[in-house]
Amino acid sequence: MDRREILDELKKVLTPYTENKELLAGITEQTNLIHDLKINSANLVDIIIDAESKYDIEIDLDSAEKMTDIKNCIDVILEKMNHKA
Amino acid sequence: MGRVVITGLGVVSPNGVGVPDFLHSIRNGVSGVRFMPLYEELRFNCQVAGQPVFEWEDLKKYIPETTFHGLKAMGIGYGIKAALDAWTDAGNGIESDLPRWETGCVFGSSVGDTEVVKNVINRVDIKEARKLGSRIVEQIMISGITAYITARLALGNRTITNSAACATGTQAILMGYEYIKQGMAKRMLVGSTEYVDSYIFGTFDSMRILARKFNQYPEQASRPMSSSACGFVPGSGAGALILEDLDFALQRNATIYAEVAGGSTNSGGQRNGGSMTAPGSEGIVKCISDALRDARLSPRSIDLICGHLTATAADAQEVRNWSLALDRKDDDFPMINSLKSMIGHCLSAAGSIEAVGVVLQILHQFVHPNINLEDVNPEILKMVSADKLPTEMVKKEINTVAKANFGFGDVNTCLIFSKYNQS
Repeated sequence: MDRREILDELKKVLTPYTENKELLAGITEQTNLIHDLKINSANLVDIIIDAESKYDIEIDLDSAEKMTDIKNCIDVILEKMNHKA
Repeated sequence: MGRVVITGLGVVSPNGVGVPDFLHSIRNGVSGVRFMPLYEELRFNCQVAGQPVFEWEDLKKYIPETTFHGLKAMGIGYGIKAALDAWTDAGNGIESDLPRWETGCVFGSSVGDTEVVKNVINRVDIKEARKLGSRIVEQIMISGITAYITARLALGNRTITNSAACATGTQAILMGYEYIKQGMAKRMLVGSTEYVDSYIFGTFDSMRILARKFNQYPEQASRPMSSSACGFVPGSGAGALILEDLDFALQRNATIYAEVAGGSTNSGGQRNGGSMTAPGSEGIVKCISDALRDARLSPRSIDLICGHLTATAADAQEVRNWSLALDRKDDDFPMINSLKSMIGHCLSAAGSIEAVGVVLQILHQFVHPNINLEDVNPEILKMVSADKLPTEMVKKEINTVAKANFGFGDVNTCLIFSKYNQS
C-alpha cells in the first residue's frame, strides 16, 4: 500500500469528523487536521481508534501524538503496518 | 418584579413527537403505552412502557453531522429535539457565532445513559478501555443534555442540569422562572429528558411498584385515580419550554402562549410520613400553598389541577392533599386530570412533558381526558364530585392551572400557570 492509497483511505476515516467535505476532498500531505480541516482536537483520539481498526494495527500513545497532519498520519500508519508485516 | 411568559414548546412524548401530534393525542385520549416484547423476554413483571416513536436519523436536521456521529444516548437525542423545537417554535434562529449571554438553560435528567455505561463496563472489563474514544464522557455525565443544547444554541447565561427524581421537570421550569424573575437572565430554555432503558426499567420492576396486570392490554395499563390502579407504567421522552421576561418577549414581538404565575419547591424532610420513596402530606400541602402565595393567587382561582397522579395507592392521598391545600372539595373541587393515563410516568421528564400539556390546555382552552378511569377509586369520590374527573375532553374556560410533581427523596414542586393577560 503506497502513500497515495493511504491518503485516499484516510479521507474515509476523516469523513465523520469533518464538517466541510470540500476541504476534505482536497487534502494533501501538508493538510493539518485541526487548523485546516477544523477537526475538534478531542476527536483525534477517535480518528486514531478508527485507523487502528481499519488497518488492524496498534498505534502507541507516543506515535499517536504525532498524528496531527496527513503526512505524519501516513508515516505512522506505514510504520505500524510494516512493523506488523 | 418582572413577569415570566412562555413563548415556545417542544415535546417528545410516547403519544406524540412534536407539538401538533401531541396536542391531537391529548385532546383525543390517545395512549402511547405499548407492549414491550423485550420485557417479556427479560421476565419483567411489567411488560408495557410509554416510548416515543422517535426517528433517530431525524437528529441530523438538528445537530452537525460530526456531533451526530458517535451520539448514542437516546435521552440526549430526545432532549435535543424537544429543546431545539421549542427554541424555533419561539421564533428564534439557531445559528449564532457569539454567546447569547441573556439566555440560559436548565435541563433536567435523572441518570446518564446506561446503555452507554454498559459499553464502558464491557470494554474496560476486557481490557480495551483505550478503544472507548472521546465521546463517552459527555454522554454519561448527566449534564450531557444541557451541554449539547448549550453548544448548539450558544447559550451563555447560567446553564445547569438539575436532578430531583420525578420532580425534575417541574423543578427545571421553576428554576428558569426564578432566574428570570430575579433579573439574572432574560430568557431560559427549560425542560427535562428521560430514557428508561431495560436496566432502569428493571430497577423499578424489582421494587414491585409497576403495573403488572395489563400486559395483554397495554393501553389500559396506566390507570391513575382508578380502583384498579396497580402501579405505574414507566415512560420515556422529553419536554421543553422557552421562558422569557415579559418585556423581552414583547420587544421581539414573540407569540405568548401563557404565563408562569408562580411556583415552589420543597422537601418534606422525609419526616411525618415522608420517606425516600413516599411524599409526606405536610410538605406537599405547604408546597402548593407556597406556590399560590408566590403567584399571589387564591386557591379559588384554580380552574384545573394537572396532578402527579401516577396510578398507585398514593393517588387518593394526593387528591386529599390538593383538597387540604386548596380548602376545596366535592362540587367545589377544580377539575383534575393526569396525563400519565396516556403516556405513563416519564420520571424526570414527567414534569416538562406534562407542563407542555398544561400550556396547550390553557392556549386551546380545554381539559384533556383521564383515560382508563371507568372505575374511580371510591376514596377519591368521597372528596371530589365525579364530574371533576373528566373521561372525555371538556371545552372550558381555563385561566389558571396548578401543576405538581413529587419525587423520590420526598421532593415536591408545584407550578401555577395562567392564561396570558396583558394587564
